[in-house]
Formats: sequence, C-alpha cells, structure tokens
Amino acid sequence: MNLQIAAQINSFLAAFVLLTAFAMLAQRRVYGLIHLFTWQGLFLSINTALVGYVASKHHLYISSLLTLSLKVILLPYILHVLIVRLKIRREVESVMNIPLTMLIGIALVIFSYHLTAPVRELSTLMTRSTLAVALATVLIGLLMMITRRHAVTQIIGFLAMENGLFLAATSATYGMPLVVELGVALDILIAAFIFGIFFFHIHTTFDSLDVEKMARLKEGD
Amino acid sequence: MIFSPIEVACASVVLLLLVVFVAAMLKGSQRLLIYAGSLLTSVSSLCVAAAGAMTVGSGMTERIVLMLGLPDLPFHLRLDPLAGFFLTVVGMLSFFVSVYSAGYLKGFLGHRSVTRLVVFYSLFIAGMFMVVLADDALIFLISWEVMAAASYFLVMFEDERQENRRAAFLYMVVAHVGAIAILLSFGVMAGLATGFTSFSGYTFDAMRQAKFPLEWATAAFLLSFFGFAAKAGVVPLHVWLPEAHPVAPSNVSALMSGVMLKTAIYGIVRITFDLLKVYPWWWGAIVLVFGLVSAVMGVLYALMQHDLKRLLAYHSVENIGIILIGIGLAMLFTSFNLPMLAALALIAGLYHTMNHAMFKGLLFMGAGAVLHATNERNMEEMGGLIHRMPWTAALFLVGCVSISALPPFNGFVSEWLTFQAFLLSPSLPSPVVKLLMPMGAALLALTGALAAACFVKAFGVTFLGHWRGHHNPHVHEADWFMRSGMIMAAMTCLLLGVFPTVVIDWMDVLSEQLVGSKLSTSAGVFGWMWLTPIAPERASYSGPVVFIGFILIFAAVYVVLHVKAGKISRGPIWDCGFEKINARMQYNATSFAMPIRRIFGFLFDVREQVGLSPQSAHPAFPKRLNYRLRVRDRFWGWIYKPIIETSFWVSRRIGNLQRGRIQVYLIYSFITILVLLVFVR
Amino acid sequence: MNFRGVFIEILQVAALLGLGPLFIGWVRMLKCWSQGRSSAGLLQPYRDLAKLFSKDVVLAENASWIFRFTPYLVFVIAVLAGGIIPILSVDLPLAPTADVIVLVGLFAIARFFTALAGMDIGTAFGGMGSSREMTIASLAEPAMLMSIFTVSLANKSTSLAQIVQVICSGQSILRPSIAFAFLAFVFIALTETGRIPVDNPATHLELTMIHEAMILEYSGRHLALIEWAGMMKLFLFIMLGIASFAPWGIAETGNIAGVVQAFVYMILKLGIVGVGLILIETGLAKMRLFRLTEFLGAAFLLATLGMLSFYILE
Repeated sequence: MNLQIAAQINSFLAAFVLLTAFAMLAQRRVYGLIHLFTWQGLFLSINTALVGYVASKHHLYISSLLTLSLKVILLPYILHVLIVRLKIRREVESVMNIPLTMLIGIALVIFSYHLTAPVRELSTLMTRSTLAVALATVLIGLLMMITRRHAVTQIIGFLAMENGLFLAATSATYGMPLVVELGVALDILIAAFIFGIFFFHIHTTFDSLDVEKMARLKEGD
Repeated sequence: MIFSPIEVACASVVLLLLVVFVAAMLKGSQRLLIYAGSLLTSVSSLCVAAAGAMTVGSGMTERIVLMLGLPDLPFHLRLDPLAGFFLTVVGMLSFFVSVYSAGYLKGFLGHRSVTRLVVFYSLFIAGMFMVVLADDALIFLISWEVMAAASYFLVMFEDERQENRRAAFLYMVVAHVGAIAILLSFGVMAGLATGFTSFSGYTFDAMRQAKFPLEWATAAFLLSFFGFAAKAGVVPLHVWLPEAHPVAPSNVSALMSGVMLKTAIYGIVRITFDLLKVYPWWWGAIVLVFGLVSAVMGVLYALMQHDLKRLLAYHSVENIGIILIGIGLAMLFTSFNLPMLAALALIAGLYHTMNHAMFKGLLFMGAGAVLHATNERNMEEMGGLIHRMPWTAALFLVGCVSISALPPFNGFVSEWLTFQAFLLSPSLPSPVVKLLMPMGAALLALTGALAAACFVKAFGVTFLGHWRGHHNPHVHEADWFMRSGMIMAAMTCLLLGVFPTVVIDWMDVLSEQLVGSKLSTSAGVFGWMWLTPIAPERASYSGPVVFIGFILIFAAVYVVLHVKAGKISRGPIWDCGFEKINARMQYNATSFAMPIRRIFGFLFDVREQVGLSPQSAHPAFPKRLNYRLRVRDRFWGWIYKPIIETSFWVSRRIGNLQRGRIQVYLIYSFITILVLLVFVR
Repeated sequence: MNFRGVFIEILQVAALLGLGPLFIGWVRMLKCWSQGRSSAGLLQPYRDLAKLFSKDVVLAENASWIFRFTPYLVFVIAVLAGGIIPILSVDLPLAPTADVIVLVGLFAIARFFTALAGMDIGTAFGGMGSSREMTIASLAEPAMLMSIFTVSLANKSTSLAQIVQVICSGQSILRPSIAFAFLAFVFIALTETGRIPVDNPATHLELTMIHEAMILEYSGRHLALIEWAGMMKLFLFIMLGIASFAPWGIAETGNIAGVVQAFVYMILKLGIVGVGLILIETGLAKMRLFRLTEFLGAAFLLATLGMLSFYILE
C-alpha cells in the first residue's frame, strides 16, 4: 500500500487511541474500563505493525506481537481475575464530575499540541503528527489517576500512561530498540503482579479499595 | 440638500434642549405636555436619524467647531460614517419610542406629574446624540455625564419606593466608576498626543495623529475598555443593569437597553479602531473572552428570572456580549493583518448593534404595554394575554423571534455573520488561538439556543395559557400611539432580516474606513437577494427567498387543505380525566426553567426549599406545599460585597478625622501652616 | 430560468412528501420484526395520515391563533428544507438560499413555535414538553455547531452543495475528523428527531413524553400536518447526514440519468439507515432526562475531538 493510505490509517488509529482514552475518563463501570483498555491495546498493536511495515523496521513486528499478547490478552485477564476475586463493585465514583474532567482533557490535548509543535516542524517521519496524541494520552492517563477514587482504576490509568509512552516512541523515532521494549514489557507485567498482591493486602486490611479511606494514613490527625 | 447633515444634527439637539423650556411652560396642562414633548422628541430623533443615514450612505465626514466650552478649549463636533451609523441607530429607536411614549405616559396622568420625565427624557436623548457627535475628550465627557445624570433621574422617577432609589444609586456609582476610567484613558491619550506639553491634545484629531508606545496604548485601552464595559453591562460589571432597567418607566428602559448601551460600544469601536489603530492580538482576545462570558452568563441569568423586565435586562447583557464577540474577532483579525475577515466580523458586530436596538426596544415597549395594562411585572401572575391584547402579543412575538435569532428576522442575520466569522478562524496563523476559536463558536451556539428557550418561556408564560393570577383585572389593549411605535420597530426588524445585502451595502463604508476592506463586493456578488459574505461557494443565505418561500408554500398548503375543509369545533382542554384542573396547574416561569436550573445551577447560588405541611391523617396527603427558591448572582458576593465593605471600612477610618471639637480643627490648620512654612522656605 | 433545476426541485419535494411516510413505515416494520411482532405494513403511515386529514378538528376553548398556525409553519419549513438539501442532485436553484447553519435555524424556528403551541393550551403536559424540548435543544446546539465546524473545515464551506461536490471529487475517505464528526452527528440526529435514547416516539406516558407532550392537543388535519412534518424531519436529517458524510450517488449535473441513479442510491441508503436506526433503538433504552447532559456532552466531545484531530493529525 502506498504511503498516503498508510498515513491515513495511522492517523485513524491514533485518533481512536485518543478516543478510548477519553472514553476511559468518562466510563463509570469497571468492566467497561477493562474493555476500553483492551481496545486501546489493540489499536496500538495494529498501529505498531503498520509503522513497522511502512518503515521497514522489522523489530516493530515483534513489539506489536508483544503488545498484543500483553495488553490485549494477559493484562485484561489478570485485571478481570483481580476484580472477581476482590468482589469489587461494578461502579466507580470519581472526584470531579465528568463534564469538567472532559473539559480538562480537551485542554490537555490542546496543550500537548502546542508543546509538540517544534518537533512537528523538524521531524521528517510519517508519524510526526501522532506525537501530540501520544503526549495527550499520557497526560489523560495521569488525569484519570487523579480523578478516580478506586485503586483498580488508578492502575488502569497507569497502564494507559504507558500506552501513551509506547505510542510516543513509535511516532517520534519509529520505536525503541528491542531490548528496551522487552525490558519495559517485563516491567509492566511485574508491576501488574505487584499491584495485585498489594490490592489483596489493602483489601484485607481496609475491607475496601477506595483510596479516600486511605487518607487517614497521615501524620497530623 | 439645503442643510448639511451635521447642521441638521446640531439643530435637532438644540430642539431637544428647547423641550426643557416647553415643559416649564406647559407644566400645568399635562396632557398637552405629553403630546408636545412626544412630538418634539420624535421629530428631532427622526431628523438626526436621517442625517446619520445620509452620512453613512455618502461616506463623507464633516466637522464643526463650536465656540462654547472653556477658553482655548472649544468644543469640536464631527459627523463621520461611524458616528452617522450610531446616530441612525439611536435616532431610529428614539423616534419609535417617542411615538410610543405619547401613549405610555398617558398612564401616569392623574397619578403623578410627568414634567420631570419629559424634561429628562429629552435631555437623555440629547446627551446620547452629543456623545456620538463629539470629537474631543471634553465634550465627550460632558455629554457622557449629561446622559448618565439624565438617566439617573429617569430611573428614579418613581422614587417613593426604596428599591427604586437603591437601584438608581447603584447605577450611579457604577456609571461614575466607569466615567473615571474613561477620563483617565482620555488623559493618557491626550497627554501622550502632545508629549505632555500642551492642552491641545484633548481633540480626537490630535489623538489620531499621535503614535503611542505600546505600554501606554495598552493602559489607555484597558482603562477605556473597563469604563465602557461598565456602561455596557459586561460581566462582571453588569450588576446595575438588572436593577436599574426594570424600575425605570418602560419607554426609558427601552431607550436605556436599546441605545444607551450602544454608546458604550461606540466608545470602544471609536477608541480602538479610530484612535489607537495599531494593537497586539491579545486585546482582541480580551474583548472576545469578555464577550463570550457575558453572553453565556447573561442568558443563564435571564433564564432564572420571573420578572419580565429583569429578564429583558439580562438579555441585554447577553446581546452586548454577542456584539463584543463580533468586535473582538474584528480586532483579532486586524492585528493579524486579515482585513477582509476583520470587515466581516466588524459588520457582524455592528449589524447586531442595530438589530439589538430594534428588537430590544420592541420587547421593552411590549413589556411596558403589558405593565400599563395589568400593573404587574411578575410573569407568574400573568397568562392568556394573547386573547385580550392581540396586537401587543403579536408584536412582542416578533421581538421574541428576532432576539432568538430565527430566520427570516434580523437577529438571525447578525448571528449567522458572526458564525461565519468564527468559521474563518483557520486562516489565523497562531495555532493555539485556532484551536480555541471553535469553542467560542460552540458557546455562541449555546447562547443562541438558551435565548430561544428563555423567550419561549417569556412569551408562553405571559401571553399564552390561562391567567395565573389571583385577581382578574380589566385588561385592555394598548392604544394606537403605543401600537404605532411597536409596529414600526417590528417592521424594521423584518426589513433588516429580509434585506441584509442592502443594509450591508449601506454599512460598507464603515468597514472600509475602520479596517480597510469592503465586504459588499463579495457580499452581493451572487445578486442582491443572496448574502454571500466571503464567496458563494463558501456560504450563502437568502433572506427574501426564505421569506417568500414561507408565504408561498403556506398559501399553497392552506388553500389545498381548505378546499374541502372539515369543521372546527371547540371543546374543553384535555385534562386526562382529572376534572379539577385549574390555572395554577400550568407551567410558569420557574418550572419552565427547572431543567436548565438543574444543569447550569452550579454557576449560581441556588437555594431551593420545599416545605410540606401535612394533613392530620398521613404525611402522604399534604395540605399545603411551600416552595421557596432563591437564585443569587455569585459576582455580587465575590466582587461587589468585598469592595463595598472595604470602602465602608476605609470611610469609617477616615471619618475619624472629624472629631467635632474645634481644637482638633485648629490643630489641623496649625500643622498645615508649619509644614508649608518649612517647604516654602 | 433553469427549468431543469426547477423540475428537479419539484421532484425532490415530491420525493420528500411521498417517501417520508414510507421510511417511517419501513422503520416501524423493522422494529416489529426485531421484537417478534407482526407489523401493520409498509403503507400504514399513509393510511394514518389519510384518516387524520378526513377528521374534524377539535380545538380547546382558549387555543389562540398560534396553536392553529404552528402545524402549517412546521410543515412549510419541512417542505422548504426539502428544497434546499441536495437529495437527488446538486443542481438546485434553491440551494444557495441556505447553508447548513441556516438549516439549523429553520428547524429551530419550527421547534420554537411547537414549544409555544405546547404552552398555549395551558395544561401541565404542554408546558412540560416545551420545557424539556427547549432544554435538550439548547444542549444539542454546541455539539451540532462543532460537528458542522469540523465538516466545514475539511470541505472549506458550509454550503451543502459545495460539501457534496468536494467529497465526491476528493480522494481521501479515511479521515478521523470526519469519522468523529459523523458519530457526533448521529447523536445529534437522534436528539433532534426525538428517537430513543432521547425521546420515545411511541409513548404517551407523561413522564416519558417530550415531543408528544407538546402536540398532545392537536387533532384532525392539524395533527396530520404535524405528524407528516415529523416524518419529513427524520427523512431530512438522514438526507443531511448523507449529504455531509456519504454523498456518493447524488447527481452532479441535472441530467435525467444521473437523477434516476441518485434516486436508486437514495432508496438503498435509506434502507441501510433504517436498519442502523432500529439496531440503535432496540439496543438502547430511553435515558433519564438529566442523563441526557452526558449523552449530549459525549456528542460535543466527539465533535471537538474531530475538530482537534483535523488540526493535529491532518
């Protein structure tokens, strides 16, 4: 396929990654969050494979497979098991109301567009415009961690941030060296396991995973 | 022409000033005074409007130097197309309202004397004309004060009520704070125009030639914007508007809302486009942001009201916001050197100025007719007036449709032009500004839709349904003077909506002089019936075709259906089987706005209280239900209350200087003498 | 005088008047099939309209001229819009009368008067319908405008004829901004035409009515006009969506072969849209009134994302 169609598909997939990030901001149900995260991983892996095909960087195929197995299959399964075991309620509350969170999300997108403008001028890669989307996804992942009260949603926010970083790597430099990517993937897997263990402990101690209740862990009270 | 336009304008102003003497003479015979005053003010307004229209049409500028004023500082007057446009707007509405007043003031006969009203009314109009004609800072400020003082006395007309006095006082304070800012701004510009060497910098011509360094120009702009915004009622300086406009007599409210606010817009346009001329892009951004905030907050406040005139006053805040959006966009495009787009935005803003004067005047005149007939301002006590006051209802409906920006009336044309100006923002070079503009357009769309909702509420609760009040007064239709004033305003609304290319052709010289580009070359390129502001492929609107299309298709459908028409029979309303339906079960203003209050209520301070007093048997069968709702303006608590309390605190401290004992005052004089002796040595 | 253009106009209006009820019949038939019921047939809306036209009108005692005027106005606006939107061909003499924003304004005036008619009788039903309708409309406006803005960014125009021509002649089909704007438009179309999940067109329970509440008092030929106009409004919104997002098949010139081909394409697209509409209607439930802020907020967000994608990614 020629470069133009590939560029269009690349933009499409980046836009869908951004859409899933916003949808995760707005989503109230835990299962919905996991499904959205799965979709985000899927779009990301297809995008990586596409960039690998166009730029003839074959190690990106391996990254794409890694992303697929880790973020689309393994991690959602782990999270699902976690939720079932901990008997977590279906709905999660947020700190701020949703329309306000959305407006802040839009402001973050505009901000990251403004910030990555110099890179866009200088880069010659096909994927240079998706850098802004990647940065926005990272920031929105962080926003998600801030505005949610439930620990499971915070880990999903963390994973969304990592997705954004991955997209940034793909769009800025056509992917990181394979060693780095394997290392990052391993770190994510271990982080998920550690989170799981911690959640069990927290749940046993506090009988809840609402981070507001953990606010009592401070000096002056 | 025998007389030049500026001579006609000056003569008319003199005629208005003469009304004072006429009133003094005719004080005894109130009815004759009403007719004479109305006749003189309408004739002079019409002459001024004609003079202004001719000036805009011809594009010429005339000046006069009057030998009045201080020695060496005479008054300069100038009638250029911008002044001519505003004279036309002010003059036309003053003419309509003066005709209306002949009928309206008759309602005061026998209750109170209208001499004061007639005198200050003509002084008010004279002040407004002089503000627009002024060509130097001195006469501008003098006329500004005349306008403010005359309107203060008009607002205080029914001064036996404490709330009226309070409203007038608040109006006076805010107007003067604004006037001080304008004075300082003129001072900065006049001083810099001559390098602080002579007094001759006070003329606008001197200010036009001068080159201002950026910091001083910014200071002048910010001061004048603050001052004019206080007069125009821009959020957060709007608190006086909903207090002062409702308590004034309705013909005065029509003028205040319709044209007095426009003199502030005139001031902003004059200072920015004519006197300062070169400015950075963020000035336009400030104006645009304040315009957007005023538009949205104004319409939301209006939705919370149940007093008809207060609702209309808040809508003035909203529409001033829309005008400022147009002007802000024009400033933004000019600072990026895009004169064609700036012309579109400027024409949109100025067109909306004219439209707002017409439909707001019409709406206030209608509200006055309702108040005159029912003695009631609270919409929740009204209803069903369309049957008793059919003319007023129909004309008020024209005003409602116009202000809701619905085709084919005039409000739609100016909003459409503003949207087209927003849609041109991709041409801007700055990427962040480009991304934020569509948000502004979305806010403008929200404002328009909320305004339509508010006017469905206002018209529906006042005129439709059944009478909601407790008593049933003898409600009569407005008399022919009031109807004529309203009919003329309504016809103007329709004509401005159906023939926009003609109006833009006429207004064209304004954009050419102020931003350097004509709009009419592209606006009428498809033919006089189609308005194509940038290019026909880009966007087009045909007011006449829509209007004629309505009429033709309507006629066709009506005829087809009435060839074999079925019978129309009347019956009682559908009550769903519940026979005891009464007029209190209808929706009123508070209930209509409830969903919007729930959704947007976080912007206000809303307290709702529901109290049930049950019958003895069971709490499920209440005997009475008390509902109390209080909606408060947050700006009052954040800005005004602290300022008021601080100023009272400071005054009290300073008041301690006044001890009351003579020794203390002698000590003050003694210390002053000692100090002067030290320094003069 | 462009006779061919006038002929196409008349053809379009005739198609609108004739096929509007047919489309509603198709939608109702699909709904019955999906719910396992037997339908009343594709032609039932025609029979309903004919029945209503032949009946007498009963007006409430205090109904004013606004009540009697509104059905005509709503019908006239639907017909006028049918002459402006390119349904069969771009070569319409009335096309420059209005661009997309004017069309939104025309529908707004129909809504304004319908809301007034609801308040006219003086019952609680009418007021409730008017209040809810105007609230929902004001929330839908920003999303609608942002969607129009995004479409006009890509096509550099708000005139529908121009948009159709640009899309038909252009190469790039896959644009995220248009995809997002399309999704937002679907949400808005559901809102404006009063379908599930915003309003249930088949209900008569006072807690769930919005549009029905405003027209509850109408009877006879007035009700026929309003019902017909409602059917035409759904048809027109679908045509508006097709013209803005998927206009392939609309004749560029006025020749007869092109118009016939456009007609066939139109029927096909309507069939597909009907299926899509029923999938949405049977899959979702009507939302609570105050949940609609989130629905319309999501529409606004999608449209804004579309606009941002245009600048960022294209």
